[in-house]
Amino acid sequence: MEQKRINHMEYLEGMERIDSDIQDRVVKAMSEYDYESYSAEDVLKALDKDVLSPYDYGALLSPAAEPLLEQIAERAMAETRKHFGNSVMMFTPVYIANYCENHCIYCGFNCHNKIHRAKLSFEEIDHEMKVIASTGLEEVLILTGESRKMSDVEYIGEACRIASKYFRVIGLEIYPVNSDEYRYLQQCGADYVTVFQETYDSDKYETLHLAGHKRIFPYRINAQERALMGGMRGVGFGALLGLSDFRKDAFATGIHAYLIQKKYPHAEIAFSCPRLRPTINHDEINPKDVHEKQLLQVICAYRIFMPFASITISTRERQGFRDNVIGLAATKISAGVSTGIGGHDGEEKGDAQFIISDPRSVDEVRNAIEEKGCQPVFSDYVRV
Amino acid sequence: MKGSIAMNNDKLIIGGHEFNSRFILGSGKFSLKDTKAVLENGEVEMATLAVRRANTGGQENILDYMPKGITLLPNTSGARNAEEAVRIARLAREMGCGDFVKIEVVRDSRYLLPDNEETIKATEILAKEGFIVMPYMMPDLISARKLEDAGAAAIMPLAAPIGSNKGLCTRDFIKIIIDETELPVIVDAGIGKPSQACEAMEMGCAAVMANTAVATAGNVALMAKAFRLAIEAGRCAYLSGTGRVLHDRGEASSPLTGFLQD
Repeated sequence: MEQKRINHMEYLEGMERIDSDIQDRVVKAMSEYDYESYSAEDVLKALDKDVLSPYDYGALLSPAAEPLLEQIAERAMAETRKHFGNSVMMFTPVYIANYCENHCIYCGFNCHNKIHRAKLSFEEIDHEMKVIASTGLEEVLILTGESRKMSDVEYIGEACRIASKYFRVIGLEIYPVNSDEYRYLQQCGADYVTVFQETYDSDKYETLHLAGHKRIFPYRINAQERALMGGMRGVGFGALLGLSDFRKDAFATGIHAYLIQKKYPHAEIAFSCPRLRPTINHDEINPKDVHEKQLLQVICAYRIFMPFASITISTRERQGFRDNVIGLAATKISAGVSTGIGGHDGEEKGDAQFIISDPRSVDEVRNAIEEKGCQPVFSDYVRV
Repeated sequence: MKGSIAMNNDKLIIGGHEFNSRFILGSGKFSLKDTKAVLENGEVEMATLAVRRANTGGQENILDYMPKGITLLPNTSGARNAEEAVRIARLAREMGCGDFVKIEVVRDSRYLLPDNEETIKATEILAKEGFIVMPYMMPDLISARKLEDAGAAAIMPLAAPIGSNKGLCTRDFIKIIIDETELPVIVDAGIGKPSQACEAMEMGCAAVMANTAVATAGNVALMAKAFRLAIEAGRCAYLSGTGRVLHDRGEASSPLTGFLQD
């Protein structure tokens, strides 16, 4: 049965509108980005520059750059070394709930997918955090499915308070909220917020996000700015590469971060670089268009365009890819990952969002970082 | 034997503390296991410590890698305003890191450029609390004078953006601060090669701080040694008084005044 779709460009009641032109500028830049127009010469010129313009960034993401990937990687590595030295930050995600009100056709958590739903109690969150802290990690990323009803802001705030007893850095990957709610969460202990736009192509976005608050494209794209208005220290960006035209989406992701950093110069900027992976009950959805080569091209382009940004490499990628990308362009890696609800002591209460490809423990990842001659860093922030 | 004969009595004095070495090591970009070799080969006596990286328990702690005898210079990296810098400095003192503190207040995540105004405020507060304050700053004479008045023990102007390895991009402005203030001027950030460190010392800097240039070298211990030697060479040159450098045309005997007879 066809479900009635609401206008994805219209805010719903209760959604905060902010005075910002960033959405328009990102969408315009993306629509004007013609990656086929670049030549190898353009790519080499971009690599010659100290500071790259958005135009140069476009060159690095173009098909013309693919044969020059080795040179691009070389420059990316030099930038990584310059800005981060040997340091590789470690963290783990903690899924505290998987209830979701959205219908995103590619996601394992979507509201029509028959998975085992769960939400951790505060005692269970405490237990989970304690188990993770015993591995030595000092940073966690708290995740929920996108259900304001089942995982309200107060619930997430309390989870942050509990986490802050055990960890020095707390990130959030939750449904977008208003700036006053971000402020509340910051006061509860959250330091940074990551929101995946998934795709910046609003027409494509509309066909993938059929129902739920996530369907509202402008509310999501302005989430990072609301988070910064709410006092968050840093914000993370990411497109799910492969959902739409990955070159355009990667370009828009970089421009989005670039414009936010220009407007909020103190903001710490982070990128995540997921590709589609098989999900429960949806194994057939796995577009092949973003291969490792293209993924590395995107990661290196992020690094060269925004050399100071943190780049996280997903556990969706295989161990060999992750180990080679850290130190080269990525600076942050998760370890001891469980994407189920409450899975860190071996017992999951609810099903996982996606299947991971690198199941290594904290110690194993830490050793891999050291074997590369890099320094695992557990905390890079002190909240005062 | 530490240092050359010519430099035996040439001490760096900061806040009443004497140092033989004029090479201050930034520690943020190293593998911890390399720290000891770098400190030894660089004959370093003072090294920075990012409070945000110093764990109070659990995992690897940079403090465990600092040999005894090294003076810790905790920095306030991560602070975005004076208030945060002050709190981080106090935390460092509570952690037992001593009274030295390097103020870093940065509100720009792209270039990591310091905010002089907030730095001056933090310096004033911390100096009153008995800290030996070494502020990282944009090389600006007016700010340097204010930092001096606020009680700074040294001035740490940047040579170029952190990590850029571009050398003494701000050379002329650093020289003005050297000439016009009484405090030791320590070049911090941007020094990419030993030759650039040497140049900074030749022009009268009291010390050089380096991190990225050493941390990203192929052989970090050897690069630490190269920096130590370059810094010593520059200091010797400064103390000896460098000769005049003639410009490209050489110097005519007296083209304008040769007509004078008595």
